[in-house]
Amino acid sequence: MEIRKNFFAGTGGIIAVGGIIGILAALLQKLGNPGNMGICVACFDRDIAGALGLHRADVVQYLRPEIIGFVLGSFVAALAFKEFKPRSGSAPLARFLLGMCAMIGALVFLGCPWRVVLRLAGGDGNALFGLLGLISGVGLGVLFFRQGYSLGRSSKHSFGLGLLMPLTILGLLALRLIFDQVPGEPKSGVLFYSVKGPGSQHAALAISLGIGLVVGVIAQRSRFCTMGAIRDLILFKQTHLMLGFLSLLVFAFITNLIFGQFHPGFAGQPVAHTQSFWNFSGMLVAGLAFALAGGCPGRQLFMSGEGDGDAAVFVLGMIVGAAFAHNWGLASSPAGIGPHGMAAVIVCLVTCLFIGITNTRKMA
Amino acid sequence: MSETVDARGLSCPQPVLLTLNKLSGMTGGECIVIVDNEVSLENVSRAASNKGWSVNDVSQDAEEYRILLKK
Repeated sequence: MEIRKNFFAGTGGIIAVGGIIGILAALLQKLGNPGNMGICVACFDRDIAGALGLHRADVVQYLRPEIIGFVLGSFVAALAFKEFKPRSGSAPLARFLLGMCAMIGALVFLGCPWRVVLRLAGGDGNALFGLLGLISGVGLGVLFFRQGYSLGRSSKHSFGLGLLMPLTILGLLALRLIFDQVPGEPKSGVLFYSVKGPGSQHAALAISLGIGLVVGVIAQRSRFCTMGAIRDLILFKQTHLMLGFLSLLVFAFITNLIFGQFHPGFAGQPVAHTQSFWNFSGMLVAGLAFALAGGCPGRQLFMSGEGDGDAAVFVLGMIVGAAFAHNWGLASSPAGIGPHGMAAVIVCLVTCLFIGITNTRKMA
Repeated sequence: MSETVDARGLSCPQPVLLTLNKLSGMTGGECIVIVDNEVSLENVSRAASNKGWSVNDVSQDAEEYRILLKK
């Protein structure tokens, strides 16, 4: 048979997708999202955890429509191109814990790999340490893969099981529509809404959802993955996904310049702290967790839309991890790391290493 | 006789890793890689091409792809 042509999976496609995401992310910031946080999968999952009341940090509670759009956009694209393949059963508990560790590490840094790039594109020098941590964490994951690391094979599931994550996300959208934000009120029905802080800063619902859907579709088609970009470069010396990663950086930077959103420096950067070692360490843990789970947080969302139940479990782990991060004082704030942030980094690193070592053929 | 790599049910990057490991031990010939999703099909094809192998044929059986690599 002839391989179906997929423009987005080619070199031009991945560069275009990275560029579009970079432009849209900078635009979302212009339209109301927090500084250097036009799109941040970790922060937005954390805001969703807050909106659902899983944590009560009142500055980070908002049911981010972008995340809903990511999953549903990917779901629609996967259905349209006959790539919706329900599957699961590859070490779900390990993936749940990796999701928790990834989120906790990301919240020590204050951002996912997407936001590492967006913070750099906005001039935040602290993100350099996050980037170094991310590369180191993914590099550590590559060492495990070279030694035969695997969480085992998944198996095919029924169409109905594959629908569970998209339907769950659709349920969140229904909640968002039913319990719309009441200006100045911290709660609407069952949903919490921040009235101050990053959670109160957001673009209009239709814009956030619309951009989320577009990103979901093009990311599903291109297999855009920020962790994979670094991993493939180290593991295979392949630059394909890295072109998308760099394109995101360049186009977000250019768009930031146009909108006057580029402010180089270290101190006083939006939703960021200057504790370099912990910026590095947080992202090291997150990078390792993403590598061991096979995808950055965005990619996990897109795969969950394609019917991958294991990716969905990782996403749920991230949301629960965010709840613990804020309930237990593990997450950082612009003032610095949380009271238990150091302990959290160590525990999460040990957890990831345990999963890595015990699932590596040459070591186990 | 051609070599075979069964990468069904494995997530990224393992299909590519298994394929490249197999190909690195071969100077030429044929290798069939079995995957069960489009992403792995694209990734394995791209990686093999980068290593000088040609993707000679792809056959689809139910929800599996058999990628025939030649050098």
